[in-house]
Amino acid sequence: MSQEKRKIIPKKHPMPYQDPGVRCSNFEEVALGYSEETAVLEANRCIQCKNSPCIDGCPVGIDIPAFIKMIAERDFAGAISKIKEKNYLPAICGRVCPQESQCEAKCTIGKKNEPVAIGRLERFIADWEMAQDLESTPEITPNGKKVAIVGSGPSGLTTAACLGLKGYQVTVFEALHVAGGVLIYGIPEFRLPKKIVAREIENISRLGVDIRVNAVVGKLNSIDELLEQGYDAVYIGTGAGLPYFMNIPGENLNGVYSANEFLTRNNLMKAYKFPDYLTPIRVGDRVAVIGGGNVAMDSARTALRLGAESNIIYRRTIKEMPARHEEVEHAMEEGVQFEYLASPIEIKGNEEGRVTSIICQKYELGEPDESGRRSPVAIPGEMFEIPVDTVIMAIGQGPNPLVPQTTPDLNTNKWGNIIADAETGATSMKGVYAGGDVVTGAATVILAMGAGKGAAEAIDEYLQGSK
Amino acid sequence: MFAIVLKEELAPKIKLFKVLAPEIARKAQPGQFIILRIDEEGERIPLTIADFDAAAGTITIIFQEVGKTTDLLGIMEQGDSLLDFVGPLGMESEIENYGTVVCIGGGVGVAPVFPIARALQEAGNTVISIIGARNSELLIWKQEMNQISSKLHVATDDGSAGQKGFVSDVLAEILDSTQVDRIIAIGPVPMMEAVCKVAPESITTMVSLNPIMVDGTGMCGACRVEVNRQTKFACVDGPEFDGHQVNWDLVKMRAKMFVKEEKEALSHRCGEGECQCHRKNEK
Ligand SMILES: Cc1cc2nc3c(=O)[nH]c(=O)nc-3n(C[C@H](O)[C@H](O)[C@H](O)COP(=O)(O)OP(=O)(O)OC[C@H]3O[C@@H](n4cnc5c(N)ncnc54)[C@H](O)[C@@H]3O)c2cc1C
Ligand SMILES: Cc1cc2nc3c(=O)[nH]c(=O)nc-3n(C[C@H](O)[C@H](O)[C@H](O)COP(=O)(O)OP(=O)(O)OC[C@H]3O[C@@H](n4cnc5c(N)ncnc54)[C@H](O)[C@@H]3O)c2cc1C
Ligand code: SF4
Ligand code: FES
Repeated sequence: MSQEKRKIIPKKHPMPYQDPGVRCSNFEEVALGYSEETAVLEANRCIQCKNSPCIDGCPVGIDIPAFIKMIAERDFAGAISKIKEKNYLPAICGRVCPQESQCEAKCTIGKKNEPVAIGRLERFIADWEMAQDLESTPEITPNGKKVAIVGSGPSGLTTAACLGLKGYQVTVFEALHVAGGVLIYGIPEFRLPKKIVAREIENISRLGVDIRVNAVVGKLNSIDELLEQGYDAVYIGTGAGLPYFMNIPGENLNGVYSANEFLTRNNLMKAYKFPDYLTPIRVGDRVAVIGGGNVAMDSARTALRLGAESNIIYRRTIKEMPARHEEVEHAMEEGVQFEYLASPIEIKGNEEGRVTSIICQKYELGEPDESGRRSPVAIPGEMFEIPVDTVIMAIGQGPNPLVPQTTPDLNTNKWGNIIADAETGATSMKGVYAGGDVVTGAATVILAMGAGKGAAEAIDEYLQGSK
Repeated sequence: MFAIVLKEELAPKIKLFKVLAPEIARKAQPGQFIILRIDEEGERIPLTIADFDAAAGTITIIFQEVGKTTDLLGIMEQGDSLLDFVGPLGMESEIENYGTVVCIGGGVGVAPVFPIARALQEAGNTVISIIGARNSELLIWKQEMNQISSKLHVATDDGSAGQKGFVSDVLAEILDSTQVDRIIAIGPVPMMEAVCKVAPESITTMVSLNPIMVDGTGMCGACRVEVNRQTKFACVDGPEFDGHQVNWDLVKMRAKMFVKEEKEALSHRCGEGECQCHRKNEK
């Protein structure tokens, strides 16, 4: 069919979703995925434009037009191999990438109409592959060199996969009892089913990568000790797992959680199945979540599913919210309430020390700051109080200090992030590389993966050079 | 999986396990703890390392059955395995030659005090120990403590062993007659608080806090405590702090976060199916 003559369908093919009225009380996945037919139709919306700007929008540079063309031609096996040339975790990225500010933001069709649904197609093809049970173990020739990877988030896993494929003997050390990092303990089941993450991790294990859980580097072995024990190189991908609090009165009352605690109890420990699973969680009738990013959305929607009325309190407006658009929309459909231009100044409690309400300051938008976003300015005297039982702080996370603290030669910046080369991940220590959130601060899955991939190449070069 | 290679009942509802965990045993230091999970449905619970043996590759833990998870732990047997066992977590105790140190253990708290007292003694300190319990039956590790102390005092609430009264009473007497350079106190919160009231602020009085924890690596903030008016994460900044600076009201309050859920967990499935929980029959 001639590409030019075809009339462009203005909108993306809609994603089938679980009905908001139903999904607000279960933890099953919200987006159900395209059918084969819809995927092929959507792939046909791509006009295969000459300059393919979408590729520049993808932090790992997937050849997007090529894989979309293969979907249009029903060459699904070809499409998945094309993606996997650049991205080892497409089932995950298709679900959680902020496509609206990456690949889809650049799409030519998107200038006048809705862009091609690149993320949904990526997810479709990755899910298709899983359903085929095609996974095979590639032939790998061991090269006799050992690499240690610290942290099993998307960054560490990507480095592990790349180096495993090249024949390195890779060991991943993970502090928690399950591998996956934020993909397991942070992002909820209803957005990223854990069986998908588990499946991706199985694929990586199949490359001969040894994943050791319950291994806290810095406590069990330090980076220096790993090098002494015969690892030829180390990659640090320990993420940004240290929760920030606001330092306001009442923040240590019972009922104030960091988003990390709230989400970890629920996702990693499965508190939503309490008491069959023994880790408790308590939400009460009304919850306030402070923040406007993905972490805040996930917390608010989790609280809702646990039966509470859920309120997001954000100091700017919906336009400045850093969360994925789709998640904000979904949260609204499910009944999460949004309070913009407000920020808590105090949390009140009763004589038992339980949260009873939150007092907020009202803001208005002032001049744009360095990031270009208009920064909020307090309106003197304008305050309001909301009765709540639970407050969840989702205002950001910093790097976990365990590894830097026990590695004196590793340079960090004033926020505690490891200083590493953006391309190669090289740090101040020879043979030690780092990437992902521990370097950049809390960012995205795809950037963490990209950093892991860059570092894998640099490690390979370093170790092949040092034969 | 981590095998339980030895199980001993030290007192009613107080049990000792030696767990095979060679990597942790090689690294463990006094004052540190582990987090364990029995099985897939299990909660992660912290327990102090009561002893470690790098040669045998074992970690000793001593626990009191106070709720669902510790009850379930109590019915595990030698040869059974724990699904997860992670550590050593937390900061190690500060060990120097201070001069004369009083080491106080209350109830099951005698266990975590033991390796610290031993290290202090090895570092050249004169170690005066005080161990206490409600009654003589609940007193644990008297002999072990005796071996590493210059002097051992015993106190029980009912006077069935040693002196009648609290460990803090014994401390007050010692302070009257002896120059003390440092105090270590581990046990129930009311005991540690009482010790801090008796001890003058000029003597550093280290206590080991045990707030509710999840990950034990500084990732969740569940273990928040206030020390010197600053919020600290006990799992990475502690668990030991100078008790004179601890906000005890907050410690007590935060321990009650999940009281209702803890009761619910206890009665859940109790007596049903394969449940071997012994509580029902006892009561
Ligand atoms: C709730 C939530 C929702 C999010 N939603 C999105 C989204 O929709 N889209 C998106 O692109 N991004 C999202 N993000 C951000 C994204 O998840 C992160 O940017 C990404 O996971 C970073 O990957 P990483 O590999 O650097 O670190 P992490 O995923 O944080 O993994 C680090 C791992 O290292 C382990 N570790 C830490 N210290 C040690 C140690 N000393 N020894 C051994 N192991 C250690 C940790 O336990 C963890 O498993 C979200 C984040 C959160 C918290
Ligand atoms: C760093 C650290 C070291 C510890 N070391 C030991 C040890 O060596 N031996 C030992 O027996 N216990 C120790 N504890 C306490 C132990 O973790 C708890 O007793 C255990 O988590 C209770 O779990 P459960 O499910 O059996 O009881 P739950 O049902 O959770 O609680 C039952 C009762 O125990 C109390 N409780 C709950 N959590 C704790 C807690 N974290 N600390 C104290 N009391 C609690 C509650 O008030 C409740 O009434 C330690 C705790 C910490 C944080
Ligand atoms: S990885 Fe992310 S940015 Fe790249 S094509 Fe896929 S969805 Fe778009
Ligand atoms: S237990 Fe999670 S931060 Fe201390």
